[in-house]
Amino acid sequence: MHITVKYFASLREQMGREGDILDIEEPIQMTDVWQRVSNNKPLENLLCSRNRQYAQWDELTEDGDEIAFFPPVTGG
Amino acid sequence: MKIEIRTQDYDPWHEISSYQQQMSPGSYGATAVFVGTMRDFNEGEDVEAMLLEHYPGMTEKQLETLGQQAITQHELLDLLILHRVGEVRPNDPIVLVAAWSAHRKASFDASREVMEKLKSVATFWKKEQLGEGARWVEKNTPG
Repeated sequence: MHITVKYFASLREQMGREGDILDIEEPIQMTDVWQRVSNNKPLENLLCSRNRQYAQWDELTEDGDEIAFFPPVTGG
Repeated sequence: MKIEIRTQDYDPWHEISSYQQQMSPGSYGATAVFVGTMRDFNEGEDVEAMLLEHYPGMTEKQLETLGQQAITQHELLDLLILHRVGEVRPNDPIVLVAAWSAHRKASFDASREVMEKLKSVATFWKKEQLGEGARWVEKNTPG
């Protein structure tokens, strides 16, 4: 299955890219997605979304998902 | 209800009076307005400009949802939310929340609630341009 991963704000700068496309064999948790794209960097002060809604870290991916990782929000 | 993310500078007072024209005169008795503008200082440093970023597709949906919740919960007659993205300069408006209701409590409560939810939930990020260098804002000030 294919999932699209996006990064925003300071995280995008740290990652050095806007996103990734992952090809995975079975559903994995959001934490596992993060480990794959970040080469096991610690999960510090980050939020995640799945299909443009906030997600839990133990939520499982599905084929075609759009996953995003980003720092705490600072709008307004 | 109108929700918009703007890439260009806007005049909040013009936006309010223009939006009100499609409302029936005499139908509302209270309008509460919050305008958030850019400061030229933060955490002891002068800030020359700010870059605002959002998550297209997610942020708009979040604002729609929290706007609809406020209308239902407070029985608002109407609600307007505008938010800037892109480069802003000191004194430029960033966010506008205007709530219309029959009586003052609903519009006061709703505008505050929408702002607090927007700041804690909506996927916007700010990067400050300082005299030397730039930095990402890491947290919002308490309401």
